[in-house]
Amino acid sequence: MKILVPVKRVIDANVKVRVKSDQSGVELANIKMAMNPFCEIAVEEALRMKEAGHADEVIVVSAGVAQAQETLRTGLAMGADRGILIECENDPEPLAVAKLLKAICEKEEPGVVLLGKQAIDGDNNQTGQMLAGLLGWAVATFASRIEVSDDTFRVTREIDGGLEAVKTPRPSVITVDLRLNEPRYASLPNIMKAKKKQVDKYTPADLGVDISPRLEILKVVEPPARDAGVKVSSAAELVDKLKNEAKVI
Amino acid sequence: MSILVIAEHDNQELKPATYNAIGAALQIGLSAGEGAEVDVLVVGSDCKPVAEAAAAADGIRTVRVADSAEYANFIAENVAPLIVNLVSEYTHILVPATTFGKNILPRAAALLDVQQISDISSVVSDDTFIRPIYAGNAMATVKSSDSVKLVTVRTTSFEASADSGGSAAIEALDATGDAGLSVFDGAEISSSERPELTSADIVISGGRGMQSGENFAMLERIADKLGAAVGASRAAVDAGYVPNDYQVGQTGKVVAPNLYIAVGISGAIQHLAGMKDSKVIVAINKDDEAPIFQVADYGLVADLFEAIPEFEAALDND
Ligand SMILES: Cc1cc2nc3c(=O)[nH]c(=O)nc-3n(C[C@H](O)[C@H](O)[C@H](O)COP(=O)(O)OP(=O)(O)OC[C@H]3O[C@@H](n4cnc5c(N)ncnc54)[C@H](O)[C@@H]3O)c2cc1C
Ligand SMILES: Nc1ncnc2c1ncn2[C@@H]1O[C@H](COP(=O)(O)O)[C@@H](O)[C@H]1O
Repeated sequence: MKILVPVKRVIDANVKVRVKSDQSGVELANIKMAMNPFCEIAVEEALRMKEAGHADEVIVVSAGVAQAQETLRTGLAMGADRGILIECENDPEPLAVAKLLKAICEKEEPGVVLLGKQAIDGDNNQTGQMLAGLLGWAVATFASRIEVSDDTFRVTREIDGGLEAVKTPRPSVITVDLRLNEPRYASLPNIMKAKKKQVDKYTPADLGVDISPRLEILKVVEPPARDAGVKVSSAAELVDKLKNEAKVI
Repeated sequence: MSILVIAEHDNQELKPATYNAIGAALQIGLSAGEGAEVDVLVVGSDCKPVAEAAAAADGIRTVRVADSAEYANFIAENVAPLIVNLVSEYTHILVPATTFGKNILPRAAALLDVQQISDISSVVSDDTFIRPIYAGNAMATVKSSDSVKLVTVRTTSFEASADSGGSAAIEALDATGDAGLSVFDGAEISSSERPELTSADIVISGGRGMQSGENFAMLERIADKLGAAVGASRAAVDAGYVPNDYQVGQTGKVVAPNLYIAVGISGAIQHLAGMKDSKVIVAINKDDEAPIFQVADYGLVADLFEAIPEFEAALDND
């Protein structure tokens, strides 16, 4: 089985994001970028499936600007076998990404596509569900455990009320949640090896996909700031303030 | 303008998030000045009580019910085709941005070739919405050019519509059949006597500073005195102190109670993303530099193992 893992390049989760003064978006110049944390978890899970003998090839794929290649290299350094870059002038919307990924799935015929549940830039939480819809495949979202057998996946899903399990056939689309695993760090020798791994390049036109956006971003602003609060000196004072000043208990 | 709100339920009870989504639908109507016809879709199995509850909600025109075995567990592959069948009658389709809504709506959007708008927190007009991005570090105003808008609604940002006063007609829909793909294989649903985290008036959450699951009993006692729900940071969930459905934050639940009490939580941006719209925020932390104090209305710098028993005692005192 081949495993396809779509990975997105985003602002590093530890960076404090700043809105641009012209309100056109957030500041990206000289900002540390990284693989979306949920995508790292998806790569890790794919590698573990391969190590357990369920898969023979792990392919990472990214749609984005040329620098998305760095994110692919991160995946290759973790242990993925090869990469696919779909070079786009801008950051495509989830529907467009799903269309691009569908085209790749038709070429590569993976047994499973593992995606992050959400990219931490747009916080959309859509791409995997959309891809499955376009392919007519089963989808299991928010996975915290995946058990692989010959022709099915049993996926434990984190839902608002607790946990739920579904069995999906092969091929399936699975989106992963934070508690699925702890991603490995790439070792130096593997970082070196990754430089030699194959990365194929496509454009959206090569794949016959129109990625024109459907949503126009009119402006991006800072969220309203909260007023500074006060420090209280004891639990008793806190209870008093909550009762008599804030009147919330 | 006609808007379909997809109800969230468990085949027995309508979930409160649905009323917030109806609230958002009414706002979209108001933003255009003309008001909107709002229908509710109840898709489930043996879900008659849910349909009846929805029909009693204020401001609803029709409750449309697809009651069939293949919908029992809200499998996206089975629910999405139903949404697709109904879409031509509506200008907007709304669902709460919960794990239920996030699971089903994007599939329908893809089948319809529509770019969904996720997690809206306010309505500018019938095609323009504001939504948080980057864990709420920025607010984007986006305008959709799609002919129908598929939208998930941040429930804490919209006032719930009234759950009574209405008497909508109930209409049965034909089922769309089992896609034969995903098969439900059991669930472990948490049950609690306490209010639901996302709709509670008061939430008390613990973080890594709690040190163990047993120590959460201290927070539970206070929760029971205040009628509060108990939440947690990701670190507390990852450490196994409490189940995953306690997690508040960018990737957990979004809450906005009247009072949020953060105990032994540092206040990482991903946690703040899930609670910083709370009306009053209290932080109890022994580190006076903890970022949580930057959003707290009342901060208590103290060891929680002393402060929490004192807090409980002070509650008992009056
Ligand atoms: C992609 C991504 C998504 C994430 N999503 C979420 C999310 O949805 N929700 C979430 O919460 N986190 C999320 N996180 C994790 C987040 O970045 C933080 O790691 C997490 O919130 C930290 O939890 P914490 O505050 O409990 O732990 P810590 O940061 O370790 O803080 C513990 C705090 O407890 C205090 N403390 C310790 N002992 C005591 C004591 N005896 N008395 C008083 N205070 C004490 C310490 O001073 C410290 O401030 C996410 C991270 C990533 C990368
Ligand atoms: N541009 C992209 N390139 C590759 N994968 C992507 C891209 N955008 C989103 N994804 C995948 O879809 C997941 C969910 O993203 P989103 O729907 O944008 O929240 C991510 O974790 C990735 O696995």
